[in-house]
Amino acid sequence: MDLTLLMYLIPSLIMFGCGVYGFLTRKNMIAIMISLELMLNSIDINFVVFNRFLYPGQFEGMFFTLFAIAIAAAETALALAIIINVFRVAKKVDINEINKLKF
Amino acid sequence: MESLGSIIMYFVIALAIIVFSVLTVTTRKILRSATYLLFVLFATALVYFQMDYEFLGAVQIAVYAGGIVVLFVFSILLTHRPGENADALTNQRRWLGLSAALVGVAACGYALFSYCKFCGQALPEASDFNIAELGQFLLSTDKFGYLLPFEAVSVLLLACIIGGVVIARRR
Repeated sequence: MDLTLLMYLIPSLIMFGCGVYGFLTRKNMIAIMISLELMLNSIDINFVVFNRFLYPGQFEGMFFTLFAIAIAAAETALALAIIINVFRVAKKVDINEINKLKF
Repeated sequence: MESLGSIIMYFVIALAIIVFSVLTVTTRKILRSATYLLFVLFATALVYFQMDYEFLGAVQIAVYAGGIVVLFVFSILLTHRPGENADALTNQRRWLGLSAALVGVAACGYALFSYCKFCGQALPEASDFNIAELGQFLLSTDKFGYLLPFEAVSVLLLACIIGGVVIARRR
């Protein structure tokens, strides 16, 4: 039995589906960020797996994933700073309770 | 033909990814959700190790598991009482999310199973690749060099630091 490309794409696809589900159903902003991380992560797996299976001599997918990880880290740090600041002002982090831009 | 060990490893990784990503979005305690996210990220790092990209796996563990999850845990503990459940989902919201996710997964899965020409491709031999070569790729301006994105990421990180300080500053 061989490990094929498809066998790595299926877990990644399911991970992306879970991310979409969590992004649409969760109300907590931090939980939404966690779902976003799931989606980003599944995309990273796809880049690496396509790179490794189809072009084993080149490293474009790997470098793309490297930069995607760096950008995801920066984005998460900023988003969490914003969420903590919103919590400090409004005392809640649920998106359906935060409906004013200026307090 | 893969060795039996790597096939077993593959099934462990795939099962971990599927189970823990479902648990991440269905559990009602937010701290557990972050913990399951950590397991998913570790399983992803194992995928990278299995693909022979050791550096990428190390970066995944260091940045995601070591940095992002710790940030998540800190901000969860700053904004929630530990052990409190999230409100139960309304049915309408659950069906909206479930149908969107299932339609997306079904469309992509159909495309994968019926149109993907190279999905049966087996794992090719890894090319020898060391860290020194990776550093040269990152800092070269040749055809396959990545100097410009590298510098752009450093500017982005600087902007992120300044943004974080400005946002989190007490007024």
